[in-house]
Amino acid sequence: MSIFGILLIVLVIASAGFVLGRFKVLRNVGGNIRELHSLPSYYGQNVFLKSAAPAFGLLAIWLIAQPVIIERSVSTMIPPSEIPEGSTMSLVMSEIIRTAEGVRNAVAAGAMPREMTEDGRIDIAGFTQRLKDAGQIATSDMTQMEIRATQRYNELYWIGGSFMTAFTIAFALFGLIWGLLESKPMFRARIAVEKGILILLIAAASLAIVTTLGIVLSLVFNTIEFFRLYPAFDFFLGLSWAPSFSGRGGASELGIAPLLWGTFYISFVALLVAVPIGLYSAIYLSEYAPPSVRSISKPLLEVLAGIPTIVYGLFALLTVGPLLVDVFGSGGILGVDWQDGGRSVATAGIVMGIMLIPFVSSLSDDIINAVPQAMRDGSYALGATKSETIRRVILPAALPGIVGAILLAASRAIGETMIVVLGAGAAARLDLNPFEAMTTVTAKIVSQLTGDSDFTSPEALVAFALGITLFVLTLGLNVFALYIVRKYREQYE
Amino acid sequence: MNANSIKITSRNVQVYYGDTHAIKDVNVDIQDKSVTAFIGPSGCGKSTFLRCLNRMNDTIDICQVSGDIQLDGEDIYDKRVDPVQLRAKVGMVFQKPNPFPKSIYDNVAYGPRIHGLAKNKGELDDIVEKSLRRGAIWDEVKDRLDEPGTGLSGGQQQRLCIARAVATEPEVLLMDEPCSALDPIATAQIEELIDELRENYSVIIVTHSMQQAARVSQKTAFFHLGNLVEFGETGEIFTNPRDERTESYITGRIG
Repeated sequence: MSIFGILLIVLVIASAGFVLGRFKVLRNVGGNIRELHSLPSYYGQNVFLKSAAPAFGLLAIWLIAQPVIIERSVSTMIPPSEIPEGSTMSLVMSEIIRTAEGVRNAVAAGAMPREMTEDGRIDIAGFTQRLKDAGQIATSDMTQMEIRATQRYNELYWIGGSFMTAFTIAFALFGLIWGLLESKPMFRARIAVEKGILILLIAAASLAIVTTLGIVLSLVFNTIEFFRLYPAFDFFLGLSWAPSFSGRGGASELGIAPLLWGTFYISFVALLVAVPIGLYSAIYLSEYAPPSVRSISKPLLEVLAGIPTIVYGLFALLTVGPLLVDVFGSGGILGVDWQDGGRSVATAGIVMGIMLIPFVSSLSDDIINAVPQAMRDGSYALGATKSETIRRVILPAALPGIVGAILLAASRAIGETMIVVLGAGAAARLDLNPFEAMTTVTAKIVSQLTGDSDFTSPEALVAFALGITLFVLTLGLNVFALYIVRKYREQYE
Repeated sequence: MNANSIKITSRNVQVYYGDTHAIKDVNVDIQDKSVTAFIGPSGCGKSTFLRCLNRMNDTIDICQVSGDIQLDGEDIYDKRVDPVQLRAKVGMVFQKPNPFPKSIYDNVAYGPRIHGLAKNKGELDDIVEKSLRRGAIWDEVKDRLDEPGTGLSGGQQQRLCIARAVATEPEVLLMDEPCSALDPIATAQIEELIDELRENYSVIIVTHSMQQAARVSQKTAFFHLGNLVEFGETGEIFTNPRDERTESYITGRIG
């Protein structure tokens, strides 16, 4: 039975539970709601939750666990001697899993009789032909052993599927009966529902955390794999980035230094643009602007935050880059020859800075507004002017928060990709000239994984090492920023 | 100096908050080197009137002041008067202690620094010490001048704020319910301090406590619904009020 079908059945059972639970208590008290502990709908909700939630939970766990268990069981069928030269167990297993799925699709489409999926002595050619006729992927050189494994896989898959259906529906029915038995007038249904909702919310929150852990782990395992193939020392301390894709010969040089340099240089230029403009506009908006101006210009400024970064990238490529070449390029206004092409650190940095202005200004504005009015009054009462008050009282008081805002903006800048790809170029270079094309960690992750990538080569796996380096960097910045913001909060509360 | 000389005179002062007529026709003469108390029920306009005296109401957009307020015979609402300089001459202490999140030293040195009252560090040190002594807090903080002012207790913070206000050498000190956030012991310390400050300044204090007004002030003004109902010697007001509303208020029948 399809998963959608199971979901539907459970929902029908649970809904029936809602109606029955509500009806049962109402009949128990003869329609007099005041004799009930809770409102009638809470009794219904209680039954609904008890039938639906455990059944759905079981279904979710089953769906995650079943493929893992089947794979483990089937893989014991394959002796190491049967694994072809140059292949691995996991490659053979993924072949089997793919074929098994093809067989299931073929059976569902009626192109293959069910018997064929069970008969261990069928001929390989006929089996493969049936698969191909059904439009499924099939490799011609399957061994008898592999076909047996495939059949065993499907056998377990089907058995598992029926058990899953049976158990899930049984859970739902069991929950229904449990809920209905509880539905007596003095049962505290309202409190039971409250607990159920709490459990659901905790489940949602844990799911988010588990996913984050999963992301980190997937990075970590691939990074370990990479460091097995490529020395960590050369990766972190190598000064040259020159990947050579297999086939052309020669070893790759995969030093992170030029990429980190490009990342920090571009982010630095971006902050150089974003921090003064963002901070000054925040001061104007929060301290000087009359309410009418503020109500228009603040949302306008925040529109900048909603523009997709690819659009900023186009702006860099088509407008800012050529403009900079006109000024700093050969034959330009300044008469210097610093910039060759439109793509440069300055181009990407300036545009990224524009992108970050609303981050800095919006956060700083909130922080400046959080400085109590009593501070301003105290300063004015001593005969200070507005700008003296801002410089000597408000900014120092808000400084930790503003630093936090800037650090958050910095971690955005470090993680930015599209503006770099379009605005800064793809050349990994260690250079001080801001009008030279450079590239960043994120842009290189994209280029290493674009196109055909072989996930066993260091050239592709390096992307994960780059990713985790970036992750650690931005995580550190974020933690530091949050620490500073929190420390600042304690000052007033 | 003549103890009875007039420091501030106000004639026909009106204050509007938008459409609300908050202060109606207030005429009052504030004496130099004495303490004047403003009493009255909440919302009667006593704080609003106090904030007219150093033009703190200028920072509120919808507030409009008309009439004539003179400090030493000069109209403080004249166009030529710079409110920033006026506030250096008319210091203010607020209801809630509001030390800046800076060191104790920097809190007191704030005013002298922005007005350039000290030529060098030594002079600034002297001003800070003198002000803290005037604020009757020197002995408690002299060993920790570089600690944050926000770390002091409430009563200490308020005395620090008084020292901070005194540091700019004002002629008038306005106090807007300076003890309402403090416990009785800290209140007693501040009241004692106010009594000492009287020797050098003209002090105006807004208070909700009639006992406090009776203890610290020489003159008392009673405000009610934006009107100055009665103004006179403190002893007179509390023992023999002329107006019926004053009597009702001090005996607790209205308020």
